[in-house]
Amino acid sequence: QVSVALKEGQVTPTQLCQRCLALIRSTKFLNAYITVAEETALKQAEESEKRYRRGQPLGVLDGIPVSVKDNFNTAGIETTCASNMLKGYISPYNATVVQKLLDQGAVLLGKTNLDEFAMGSGSTDGVFGPVRNPWSYSRQYKEKSVSKSHSEDEESNWVITGGSSGGSAAAVSSFTCFAALGSDTGGSTRNPAAHCGVVGLKPTYGLISRHGLIPLVNSMDVPGILTRCVDDAAVVLGSIAGHDPKDSTTIQDNFMPFELPDLTDVSKLSIGIPKEYHAPGLSSEILALWSKAADLFKDAGAKVIEVSLPHTRYSIVCYHVLCTAEVASNMARFDGLEYGHRSDMNESTESMYAATRREGFNDVVRGRILSGNYFLLKQNYENYFIKAQKVRRLIANDFVKVFRSGVDILLTPTTLSDAVPYMEFIKEDNRTRSTQDDILTQAANMAGLPAVSVPTALSEKGLPVGLQFIGRSFQEKQLLTIAKWFEKQVKFPMIQLEEVKRLDHGVFQHQKSASFS
Amino acid sequence: MAAVAARGCGGAVCRRAWQRGVARKARGGAVPAGKSGLAPWVPVVGLEIHAQISSNSKLFSGSQVQFAAPPNSLVSFFDASLPGTLPVLNRRCVEAAVMTGLALNCRINKKSLFDRKHYFYADLPAGYQITQQRVPIAVNGSLSYSLCIDNKMSQMVTKTVRIKQIQLEQDSGKSLHDDIRSQTLVDLNRAGVGLMEVVMEPDMCCGEEAAAAVRELQLILQALGSSQAVMAEGQLRVDANVSVHHPGEPYGVRTEVKNINSLRFLAKAVDYEIQRQIEELENGGTILNETRAFDSKLGCTVPMRDKEGKQDYRFMPEPNLPPLILYDAKSLPANVSHQQVVNIDWIHERLPDLPSVKRAKLVEQYGILPEHSFTLLQNEDGLTEFFENVVKQTQMKPRKVIGWILNDLLSYLKQHSLTVKESPVSSFLLADLLNLLEKKEISAAAAKQVLAELWKGEGKTPLEIVKEKKLELIQDQKELEQICQVVIDGHENEVMAIKAGNRKVLNKLIGLVQRETHGRSNPVLVKQLLEKKLSE
Repeated sequence: QVSVALKEGQVTPTQLCQRCLALIRSTKFLNAYITVAEETALKQAEESEKRYRRGQPLGVLDGIPVSVKDNFNTAGIETTCASNMLKGYISPYNATVVQKLLDQGAVLLGKTNLDEFAMGSGSTDGVFGPVRNPWSYSRQYKEKSVSKSHSEDEESNWVITGGSSGGSAAAVSSFTCFAALGSDTGGSTRNPAAHCGVVGLKPTYGLISRHGLIPLVNSMDVPGILTRCVDDAAVVLGSIAGHDPKDSTTIQDNFMPFELPDLTDVSKLSIGIPKEYHAPGLSSEILALWSKAADLFKDAGAKVIEVSLPHTRYSIVCYHVLCTAEVASNMARFDGLEYGHRSDMNESTESMYAATRREGFNDVVRGRILSGNYFLLKQNYENYFIKAQKVRRLIANDFVKVFRSGVDILLTPTTLSDAVPYMEFIKEDNRTRSTQDDILTQAANMAGLPAVSVPTALSEKGLPVGLQFIGRSFQEKQLLTIAKWFEKQVKFPMIQLEEVKRLDHGVFQHQKSASFS
Repeated sequence: MAAVAARGCGGAVCRRAWQRGVARKARGGAVPAGKSGLAPWVPVVGLEIHAQISSNSKLFSGSQVQFAAPPNSLVSFFDASLPGTLPVLNRRCVEAAVMTGLALNCRINKKSLFDRKHYFYADLPAGYQITQQRVPIAVNGSLSYSLCIDNKMSQMVTKTVRIKQIQLEQDSGKSLHDDIRSQTLVDLNRAGVGLMEVVMEPDMCCGEEAAAAVRELQLILQALGSSQAVMAEGQLRVDANVSVHHPGEPYGVRTEVKNINSLRFLAKAVDYEIQRQIEELENGGTILNETRAFDSKLGCTVPMRDKEGKQDYRFMPEPNLPPLILYDAKSLPANVSHQQVVNIDWIHERLPDLPSVKRAKLVEQYGILPEHSFTLLQNEDGLTEFFENVVKQTQMKPRKVIGWILNDLLSYLKQHSLTVKESPVSSFLLADLLNLLEKKEISAAAAKQVLAELWKGEGKTPLEIVKEKKLELIQDQKELEQICQVVIDGHENEVMAIKAGNRKVLNKLIGLVQRETHGRSNPVLVKQLLEKKLSE
């Protein structure tokens, strides 16, 4: 819709960009951004404006303000991974996805906050501090929480965004941008999307180039898309998907962008409800929403059947081995020689390495490197790494079997509960949290399948809850078409933010329905 | 599973017998076992050879490959392992490895995999090397090589070494240690250049065999163009695994000798290490499984300090590269050209002649001796072409030409350390000279004199030199007859001896005539004339 407004000249790209920059400033307390590239953003907006004036915009994305998680390389703009190791690091090149967005005229506002090197599920473990969930400051949450925790300091009531792409989710949710890129290795896009009430899409592995994404687990990482509605996700997907000669794991074909049809008839669909996703710790509230959603499909005539993915419960422990092993390997390059932090310790090369890595990485990263190296030791490789790879295959096969049986799509919760307050969250360590929080999202990464979290309803506390759809490989169109139908049925409420209201001089009237497509 | 079936050299095959360390370099026949109550030692040598692939760009990045470029001028983002960069396999490197595999009679794996080998080192920016540990591109090959016994060209033996595998991997950068300022400088130009690691089974038993095998490999690589294989430029690096044991016993503990940068040093290093191990064991010591460096100045191997202790390389699959799939005519998908995929059969059909085939062809085509064909290919790049060019331009039989090439040309070049291409005498000039000889315009002795002039490179043609120095054969038979008569008259004793039946003395007279004519007489003709006169 903003795109239409841009085309019709109701708003110019520069105005839009300035509005977003103003919002970023006024929502600074959310800590969603690590770097705001005000100057380059305004320049890009200006360029875009010229194109519109000439009547030659580059496409739907031209002039649309976007943000990018700070683990994607951006030429000329700092790329930190929220780590001391890369503080101040300016990459000489753009990640393919960033380049593709820029090539289509998108305006890059800045880099969003995350857990250090995307290792976490709260966006609480980066050197730039935790990200705060915009819903903490919504009328919806305040009304419900005040009555309960009257005595507590309001400041300590804020809830986390989930992670690790929490900055991107918060940025989209607080209207500071229209779309953001995240990354998704075990749920890092879908988890914060669910907690922040936005759409979070993890496409099929290999559909989108990872070139320029600083890796967590190469064999599972996928650039994720966070938007306010499913249609927007499809537009962004269309602009960044497809073969990249710089990433040998991308599909060979070019990707044909698509528009999502309005589904009117779901009666031919078969929706699978995997019983293993009724996991220990699943809140009754979410369970209820899940079955309500299933009923929604059933009532509309779809076939809803219970299915089984028996190896799901091994997914997390399997992930732990594969993830840490790759982390140990991927992080080996950070030795302080070519780039990034270098310790002053100069007694020997080895002592410099050790000090650099001790100073540059936080406990979470170091812990994963340590256990990863342990799993890769010759005497352990067979027992851990190989075994984990086999389990991964079993998990992937579970999905193959279910889809082969005629199921079109799987419907599951995205998270076990709604977002918890920060003070609550940090009572457990990162590892425990990641283990719990990735439980419903992780298996899709193991299998490389596309999955999307769609905001569904508000919890009793007034916080967003998302449900997840998992589709067949490279069937994003079907996945998103169903997600769009679902989105339309559930009518997820808008966030009501004081900060946004104050700045709401008309432009955001176009945004009320939250989309640009 | 460790011991591989012994092949190649039992003690009897290897001409050098290794024995209880009395003399450092014991030569001669096999040591009589049993006499001393001790069996002789059997040395076992295996090689790991890294050949830099000759390609325009690196194995996984687009940066150029070039020797001796300014430091860090050929480094892409990937080579410097900037975060977020990914490897993209270079097709040319794959083809070079397939060619090499085929030339070494390997089985080419239609599906091979890449792995990461981890270790921290300043010139390894990613902290790991991408290699092929699990499934390499080529396996189970063999290499035949020849070497001569006791340096006699006429006594050549042909041996075979099994090729365990050929794997594709990245080269590392170079560390330059500045001890004065106690700093290390890193040059990443070489980082990421494609290497083929050729693993030879322990089928060799002495330095000479190792050197001969590597030399043959070098010739093959150069014939294929898959590597320039110049050891001095580091395009061919050889590590030797050496152990010794008694016949019938399991292999001994092996050491790995590194830092070998010429074939001569390879032979030396291996022989030294064998002898060192024998002496160590004879003296009741033990051999450590260690890495040793060859010190070419001292001519010995020394333990490498920084490689002490066992490294665990923590191998894992390289997740950013899909399996490397190769096709053959059968498996080639329809509608795919050979430019999109690597087709093993297509490469096979286009393999150039290998050195062994070239030698056989030389022997067949020119009727030269097999050992001469070895020398032609063995010694110098371009020597065969030089020979063939001379043959093309002269009426002289190739069997005679070869002598001039291998004796005169080669020894001159060696004396002056010149390459064939730098020879002051071109194939054209030499052919010219040999034509004069063949047409009997000059004698062989005169031809040598002309050649000596030609080396000076003054731009004169052989004919000009002949004229200038008056070296042409005396064509005037009368003049020659006169000279013969003078010689006969001046040597009555010799004439008597000949007439008494001592024909050998005739040669002396021929020589005297030659001397008298300053080599300008045709010995055959002189002989005829002398015989005629003496029988008168």
